[in-house]
Amino acid sequence: MSLWEYANPKKFLALSGKVLPWVSGLALACLVIGLVWGFFFTPEDYRQGATVKIIYLHVPAALMAINSWLMMLVASLIWIVRRHHVSALAAKAAAPVGMVMTVIALVTGAIWGQPMWGTWWAWDPRLTSFLILFLFYLGYMALWDAIENPDTAADLTSILCLVGSVFAVLSRYAVLFWNQGLHQGASLSMDAEENVADVFWYPLLVCMAGFVLLFLALVLLRTRTEIRARRIKAILARERAA
Amino acid sequence: MIALLRRDLALAVRAGGGFGLGLAFFLIVVVLVPFGVGPETPLLTAIAPGVLWLGALLACLLSLDRILALDWEDGSLDLMATSPLPLEGVVTIKALAHWVTTGLPLVLAAPVLGVLLNLPGPGYPWLTLSLALGTPALSVLGTFGAALTVGLKRGGLLLSLLVLPLYVPTLIFGAEVARRGAAGLDPMTPLLMLAGITCGTIALLPFASAAVLRMNLR
Repeated sequence: MSLWEYANPKKFLALSGKVLPWVSGLALACLVIGLVWGFFFTPEDYRQGATVKIIYLHVPAALMAINSWLMMLVASLIWIVRRHHVSALAAKAAAPVGMVMTVIALVTGAIWGQPMWGTWWAWDPRLTSFLILFLFYLGYMALWDAIENPDTAADLTSILCLVGSVFAVLSRYAVLFWNQGLHQGASLSMDAEENVADVFWYPLLVCMAGFVLLFLALVLLRTRTEIRARRIKAILARERAA
Repeated sequence: MIALLRRDLALAVRAGGGFGLGLAFFLIVVVLVPFGVGPETPLLTAIAPGVLWLGALLACLLSLDRILALDWEDGSLDLMATSPLPLEGVVTIKALAHWVTTGLPLVLAAPVLGVLLNLPGPGYPWLTLSLALGTPALSVLGTFGAALTVGLKRGGLLLSLLVLPLYVPTLIFGAEVARRGAAGLDPMTPLLMLAGITCGTIALLPFASAAVLRMNLR
């Protein structure tokens, strides 16, 4: 019994079918608890007022935008090394979710930035890196759509994901060099001296857990859909041949 | 390898397009900029390094799909794949040929066009140097993009979408070298970063391009 047994589409479908309701239920619970707690039961920040509450959407979305690319990178590597179709489909399924998370982070950031910095958009390193990440997601998805043969598409997109990861990191540091920004540094790391106060931190933690679970649920659901879509295609092709 | 390089160069020169088109495009972009932003000299001086870099980058992008598409259509790419020369070598030569026909003329033309945009005196050597260092990276990255999209019917737009995000670091450091040089500051840090990116892409990306090409030729 090893982890790789779940690379079998049938086993994957069976397991994910059992897990999916729990993951989605937990995601819903975490999001409801976290958001209600954050929006209605935390004090207002003494400088930012009520606008601080958008943090409960902004930070978890940004977290998942990056981690979803990371997940695609791992899934692509698994596809290149072990050629499990489920992992290629999981990478394909994660891309739109990650892209939407990037858009959420950018849009909530703009809404938050307008009252705080007096501008919707600034060419700040963090903002710019996210915009570039968004472009990488677009290119990745466009390449998936453009190629007809599914195996070739999986091969090409996984290589693009590897090369893109290197250049996304490179762009991150290039952009840091290029312009100093308005965005604060990391204020949620474990080792920093100055962090977000506990009152905001706990509901934020619940929201982040909610977003992770939501991402997991969406990716599982979309992977299952992709597997079934491919089966239908195979059945149709067989019937046409018969 | 040398035979392949000479063949590609001869094709590019005799078939027309390659040389002239990229250069003409570069010229037109640079001429159009003052129409767009107005003819005030201080403004043009301030944006000249960035505009020249951006123009060179777009001109480079224009000819990318020609790197592999023609050889793909007439089947010579299959011959190259079965030849004793490894595919990594083929894509390196293809990138080199693209650089000689597109990148090099751009590097040589950029100072002339700098006059049109009123680039300050100390900027010229740095602009030329940064373009000479940066355009090889653009060609190698472009070959990777061309290899990704070679099998597609209308890959041109997709090629731009895939390649442009990859160009970001090169553009940032390259334009920064030219800008700092023009302003009389010390451009060594971005220059070294630019050189690092170029060396890294030349060393590593041909392997990715060749892998992608093998998948497309299957």
